[in-house]
Amino acid sequence: MVLYDALIAPFTEFEFMRRALAAVIALALGGAPIGVFLMLRRMSLVGDAMAHAILPGAAIGFLLSGLNLFAMTTGGLIAGFMVAILAGVVARNTELKEDASLATFYLTSLALGVTIVSIKGTNIDLLHVLFGDILAMDDPTLLVIAFNTTVTLVVLAVIYRPLVIECVDPVFLRTVSRAGAPAHLAFLALVVVNLVNGFHALGTLLAVGLMILPAGIARFWSRDITGMITIAVISAIVSGYLGLVLSFQTKVPSGPAIILVAAVLYVVSVLFGNVSGLVRQMFPAPHLEA
Amino acid sequence: MVQPMRRFRFCLVGLLLAALASPACAQDRLNIVASFSILGDFAKNVGGDRIEVSTLVGANGDVHVYTPAPADAKKIADAKLVIINGFALEGWLPRLVQSSGSKAKIVTATDGIAPRVLGVADDPHAWQSVANAKVYVANIRDALMAADPSDGAVFRANAEGYLAKLDGLDRDVRTAMAQIPPAHRKVISTHDAFGYFAAAYGVEFIAPLGVSTDSEPSARDIAAIITQIRAAKIPAVFLENISDPRLMQRIAAETGARIGGTLYSDSLSGEKGEAPTYIDMVRHNIKALTDALDQGPP
Repeated sequence: MVLYDALIAPFTEFEFMRRALAAVIALALGGAPIGVFLMLRRMSLVGDAMAHAILPGAAIGFLLSGLNLFAMTTGGLIAGFMVAILAGVVARNTELKEDASLATFYLTSLALGVTIVSIKGTNIDLLHVLFGDILAMDDPTLLVIAFNTTVTLVVLAVIYRPLVIECVDPVFLRTVSRAGAPAHLAFLALVVVNLVNGFHALGTLLAVGLMILPAGIARFWSRDITGMITIAVISAIVSGYLGLVLSFQTKVPSGPAIILVAAVLYVVSVLFGNVSGLVRQMFPAPHLEA
Repeated sequence: MVQPMRRFRFCLVGLLLAALASPACAQDRLNIVASFSILGDFAKNVGGDRIEVSTLVGANGDVHVYTPAPADAKKIADAKLVIINGFALEGWLPRLVQSSGSKAKIVTATDGIAPRVLGVADDPHAWQSVANAKVYVANIRDALMAADPSDGAVFRANAEGYLAKLDGLDRDVRTAMAQIPPAHRKVISTHDAFGYFAAAYGVEFIAPLGVSTDSEPSARDIAAIITQIRAAKIPAVFLENISDPRLMQRIAAETGARIGGTLYSDSLSGEKGEAPTYIDMVRHNIKALTDALDQGPP
């Protein structure tokens, strides 16, 4: 009964908790697979950079039409797409590597955003506006998140094959198919969509966390990509659920609580994961002998 | 043909001189900076046309989390007086004054008001009680008279008139509140800005965000408020002009409480808004409260 009160009662009693849980599950379904691919392509920090690229777009949306979900989402998507596509095009056609070209574009985007905000002369703290609140999920926000997640999963299913091959052997992919470039750009677009998703629920910085931390966790438990995606999604949902419960039982704000739970899971995985976990390395399992 | 041309030129020169002269006149007026819009309104009412008031945090801005811009440092550097609220409301201001190299005198408008202590900090929202607003006005009047003794009589007369208006306002608030049945005098608003109002006029305010808007609520806070609304059958929740409305809308949807409208807490609205001055602001809040609370639980 104590367990029921602690783990289930918050959700049966309060609708805002059920809505928060639904939002977290949707975010996990879309964001965690994206995070796994980002990690495999050594682009984990790209999520962070893209989050900055989105921020000015959303800010412009806010300045034009106030705290309007549609305007802020559209602004963020446009700014993010622009940066992702320009960076992708430059990286594919010149000597400049992906990380460097993305860095230049996102910094430009950020500077542009800050300039626009200061010209308009508003003094509402941007972070305040941009950090969504997972406890205040209204119908439109939930629908936007669910829609974005659906789009993500469908597109991911379409580009899955070229994307996986590009993760392991991009040169091979280039010799057998020309799907590499479109798949790459579509993938970057998905990164943007999911960051905007997270920004409605958790705020920009924590949005990246729910994408990358589960991928990091998954790396310690599985070697194949299907396993990793499954584990990433599950650990993202578990972090979301436990984070909400933690925030309900203690007084920790919900967004940070979710990421902190994911961080604890990550530390456990680093220590005890069966793929290259530290403890496992110290006490290797006996080799099976025929 | 020459005559009109020369006259025209003469006029131009005259216009130019006039244009040059008017800023010079403005410089004679006392240059005042107020940290946020409500203080600016007090200063305008006391100083009238003898002072030039600019506010750092303008209409609908949030003074809790303001980030100053270089233009603000410039305003402060040019000012004779800087009027602040005190009670640690403008945490960002002392550094700004220092870095601007200003010699302005800092006037704390809450001097002489006993703060409500919440936890470890003072509640800064003292202006929400009209009795405190009168202390603000008196402090501002004294500071202006000290800074510009030659206009002292004007400041004294202006303040006199304004204080009388505030007395009237105070009476109106009390009459309006007396009409609401005591059991209905419970209000949920976004952040804890109405403590002084609550203490002065016998209304109970409950807020998810605490004294500063600069905090994030936990699920526990929200759940506690929802439970409280259900248990006490609180009739209405209110939005604030400086905060994200979504949280309140969620709470209203979950409890069946009405959204009673927008309360102006820490900032006035723009010129054309519902609360361009302090007196308008208090009247607007009172009307919103009485409209929503009169009817009792939905």
